[in-house]
Amino acid sequence: MRETHYIVALVEDRPGVMQRVSGLLRKRNFNIDSISVGPTEVPGISRITMTVRGDRVILEQAMKQLNKLIEVVKVSELTPRKSVIRELALIKVSVKNEGARAEVVQYANIFRGRIVDVAKQSMVIEITGDEDKIGAFIELMRGYGIKEIARTGKTIMARGTKSVKVRE
Amino acid sequence: MRMTGAEAIVKALEREGVEVMFGIPGGASIPLYDELYDASIRHILTRHEQGAAHAADGYARALGKAGVCSATSGPGATNLTTGIANAYMDSSPIVAFTGQVATPFIGKDAFQETDIIGITMPITKHNFQIRDVAEIPEVIKKAFHIAQTGRPGPVLIDLPKDMQEGEAEIEFPDKVEIVGYKPTYEGHPRQIKAAAKAILEAERPVILAGGGVIISGASAELMELAELIMAPVVTTLMGKGSFPESHPLALGVLGMHGRKVANYAVTDADLLIAIGTRFSDRSTGMVSCFAPEARVIHIDIDPAEIGKNVRADIPVVGDARHVLRQLLRVLRKMLTQAKSKAWVEKVKQWKKEFNPRMDYDDVPLKPHRVIKEIMDFLSEDDIVTTEVGQCQMWAHHYLGRTKPRTFISSGGLGTMGFGFPAAMGAKVARPEAKVIDIAGDGSFLMNIQELATVVENNINVVVGVFDNRFLGMVRQWQELFYDRRYSAVNLGSSPDFVKVAEAFGALGIAVEKPGEIRDALTEAFDAGKPAVIDFIIDRECNIFPMVPPGRCLKDIIE
Repeated sequence: MRETHYIVALVEDRPGVMQRVSGLLRKRNFNIDSISVGPTEVPGISRITMTVRGDRVILEQAMKQLNKLIEVVKVSELTPRKSVIRELALIKVSVKNEGARAEVVQYANIFRGRIVDVAKQSMVIEITGDEDKIGAFIELMRGYGIKEIARTGKTIMARGTKSVKVRE
Repeated sequence: MRMTGAEAIVKALEREGVEVMFGIPGGASIPLYDELYDASIRHILTRHEQGAAHAADGYARALGKAGVCSATSGPGATNLTTGIANAYMDSSPIVAFTGQVATPFIGKDAFQETDIIGITMPITKHNFQIRDVAEIPEVIKKAFHIAQTGRPGPVLIDLPKDMQEGEAEIEFPDKVEIVGYKPTYEGHPRQIKAAAKAILEAERPVILAGGGVIISGASAELMELAELIMAPVVTTLMGKGSFPESHPLALGVLGMHGRKVANYAVTDADLLIAIGTRFSDRSTGMVSCFAPEARVIHIDIDPAEIGKNVRADIPVVGDARHVLRQLLRVLRKMLTQAKSKAWVEKVKQWKKEFNPRMDYDDVPLKPHRVIKEIMDFLSEDDIVTTEVGQCQMWAHHYLGRTKPRTFISSGGLGTMGFGFPAAMGAKVARPEAKVIDIAGDGSFLMNIQELATVVENNINVVVGVFDNRFLGMVRQWQELFYDRRYSAVNLGSSPDFVKVAEAFGALGIAVEKPGEIRDALTEAFDAGKPAVIDFIIDRECNIFPMVPPGRCLKDIIE
């Protein structure tokens, strides 16, 4: 079954580490849907979130190969059911008249988005959520004319006390 | 202590016990070479950087410690890459140094700049670029640690010129801590127990020994295991020499050009104990019919190899020697009598029946005969390296070896041009041993310039050229699978290998008749200089047996 799997890797924050990770996944013929990276609570350690498609054998191979990279400190799989998955999107929508502007603001409010930039002919809306929510909002905005979309890629965290940490 | 980066590099190498390095200097590595001028390290100037990398690899495989090579930036660095990829595929520990343009020029497409870090990421175990003179000792310590521990492999250190020239306060660490790198040596006790239980139940066990047995130095343990549980032993190309091929339980190599008895035994086994092998497609044939009746115990230090190509019923992650010792402790207590008596008899019968013929008297020479004469001539501590293609497979199939680190061949990458510089490295590592490269005329030409290196440095290796004036393995495939359409495989009549050898200052001997082989070997090894023996062999002799690609191990063409 080609399901989507969520892999979190804690890596040493060094030049080239993203290239090592993405290069390895390419070289081993694994499909990545999304990849995002940022710092963690530990100085010098970054967290990479990847979504990989494939069966369990593929997933396990990918995780083992990632673990072999010297600068990868820890690799975990998180199950979506027991986790919070979020993505942030910035969407630039054209608003040609006052009516459109009011509607877009209303929709943004309903989706708990924020208007982060307003110009005469356009607005930028910031929205966070899971894939479905962002997808639904983007669909609504299409009617007004989307000028630009920037999405961060997904990030994920386990619910409850379980956490992905560097072993002490 | 305050010193330059170049001085720190050389001091760090000396602290690692490096005695030899192979390389070629260039603009971006002159500061390092200036420091080497006074150093205790012997530097062997090769004639191409690929030769340096393969020599370091051959040195590492012969000795079991990291080989070191060096090249300048740009083309020097890219010339190393085939050698690095070769070491990576065969888990050989080398540390490669490359010069680099000074840091302010990086990214500016400066003269002889190349992104060797990016280029070598997929073919090194790890690589480093020095960005601070003070970190040099720690990086070098880490590099040798990473290269030589766990599953070994090549590590590259890129040295921008200003990092070699710059000064800093330098301290040399005694050990290093790498947070994300902790190889597992001991097998999990539960898995050891499960493996022991499967062994006790087995009636038709076969041990498959790979290169990991040699790397971990587990030959004695392997022998004890085989004799204790009465299991026949087959090896991969990389595992050749891990178990004496003269032993009654030895079945020789398996795979595409393996021994028939080895392929049969693996196919009929009810238990396969695979040790330190990655189940290369050249070893397994089609995976779906590989060891179809066997439960598989897979012992490997690299967890990613477990289940990658062949399913493992009982995986044991750990170093072969440690795991075999653990396993033996359990088995010695539990085993009363092995159940494999009938199986071993059957296998021995096959072995007798399938024993390949080698004593051909034909002119032109049959390669089997040449291999036999070489095998009889060498003693068990001598070293055989090979090029790649038919010559390699003739050696692989027919040339029995009894000790680890005495058969050195490019297994994974299949690099033509490997054998000769590897022989040079092996000879430097073990000067007391006779070293011969089993070469094809095609392969030898790919690094023939190293004749100058061996002559200048009195590295007295012998190259035995199996000269059929073809790219023989490709020709064989074209004959068998492409209707004899010999596309781009005919090498014609150039060069005259005897004259080439002589031009370089080596001894050249041409051999056309079986009766001349032994005398030629004696003359070559007694020459007091490197020698090339040009064996004129049957042009269209094939390497058989052969399992065609994508077929089962028992589907053998003979």
